[in-house]
Amino acid sequence: MLASLTLLGFGPTGWGLQLLRATAMTLAVSMAAYAVGMAFGALGAWAKLAGRRPARLLAEAYTTILRGIPDLLVIYLFYFGGSQVLTALGHAFGGEGFFGLNGFTVGMLAVGTVSGAYQTEVLRAGYLAVPKGEIEAARMAGMGRLLMLRRIIFPRVLRFALPGMGNVWQQVLKESTLISVTGLVELMRQIHIGAGSTHDAFAFYLCGFALYLALTTLSGLVFRAWEGWSIKGEPRVAGRMAA
Amino acid sequence: MDTTFLLDTLGQLLSGLPLTLELAGISITAGMVLATALALLRTGPRPGAWFVRGYVYVLRGTPLLLQIFLIYYGLGQFDWVRHSLLWPFLRQPYWCAILALTLNTAAYGSEIIRGGLQAVPAGAVEAGRAAGMSRRLLYRRIVLPLALRQALPAYSNEMISMIKATSLASIVTMMELSGIAYAIISETYRALEVFLCAGAIYLTLTFLLSRAVAFAEAWLNPHLRAGTP
Repeated sequence: MLASLTLLGFGPTGWGLQLLRATAMTLAVSMAAYAVGMAFGALGAWAKLAGRRPARLLAEAYTTILRGIPDLLVIYLFYFGGSQVLTALGHAFGGEGFFGLNGFTVGMLAVGTVSGAYQTEVLRAGYLAVPKGEIEAARMAGMGRLLMLRRIIFPRVLRFALPGMGNVWQQVLKESTLISVTGLVELMRQIHIGAGSTHDAFAFYLCGFALYLALTTLSGLVFRAWEGWSIKGEPRVAGRMAA
Repeated sequence: MDTTFLLDTLGQLLSGLPLTLELAGISITAGMVLATALALLRTGPRPGAWFVRGYVYVLRGTPLLLQIFLIYYGLGQFDWVRHSLLWPFLRQPYWCAILALTLNTAAYGSEIIRGGLQAVPAGAVEAGRAAGMSRRLLYRRIVLPLALRQALPAYSNEMISMIKATSLASIVTMMELSGIAYAIISETYRALEVFLCAGAIYLTLTFLLSRAVAFAEAWLNPHLRAGTP
């Protein structure tokens, strides 16, 4: 027990620093992937809600396919397919040898693309939940499109979409473990390396449980607080007042 | 794109389909049984309910890959595990993957079934009680059928994510669909073609599953079918 603690601690033989650094890497790659997913999600939701037929069909295909295929395959596609394309491009421009995407970029793009499919549905449902009267009222008040987008649509969609957005974030955080197959040393990879090179694999995996639980719990609290902020202007319902 | 390669790939991938189906089928079925037990425990008195809360919190708050690794690589370091009766199972990646998938889906599933249990109308329970049913009979005939029927649509999402989750078994050396796909990609470096073939198989699977669940739903809800009074 004590030996396990030394192993996971910050002493000269401890893996503490590496684990901390890997946790930061997991957070960084997850946030980057989430940002990519948010961009794709916004585009997808726009296409489904207001796009012309081809855009709508494209968004429909995007969400159907990406939600029905394992993320691992999407990561392989970006990892191997990315280097396939880059090497071909590199040779076309007179380069030689092998060109590839690094693990971070692959992970960010792959997990981002998958989460974007879920985010599309979350944002679309969020927009549909905004009462039409509010948008009409904004139009009546003479707001321009951009002002209306900034002052009415964006905050209102956020209010209805935030719970779903929180779920997508949790999913991204957990799926970032799959990026370890590209060799990027994020938390999962670091834990696996630690487990493989010491005689206490179990302690490392248990420590991984603790660290991932901490990440999902703390970020869950952040989203909860954000949700509270997003509904602060609304009248309190009896149930919430009693609580 | 050349068709011979696509067809050849498709054929090779399909040889991994039985394993994918096995992993998904066993873990979904076992997971559903476990999920029902957990949901019943969760709605019961305190010590059991707290245990289930903790279980769900840990299993849903951590990544599936880590859970698979803990079982496959982590457990073997203990002598008492290696000398136990379970060792013949736990040393095989097949059973480790199934165990991890089952435990994982049971956590998500128990919350879905709990929602179904809470949606059982109080009147139905009272009627059963008034008819003199014992607690067991009440659960078997009234509560569970109503709860499971209620939970089924939401459960289909969980089943679909389980089919996708079986791909993680390839990371612990199982040669199911994704494992074979990886082998072909790293041999030929034709990622897009292999992705298209494997993706088509997974999409077909998830589509068939969602149709099957919709069918089961219609079968379980005869009163909602069109044409019934």
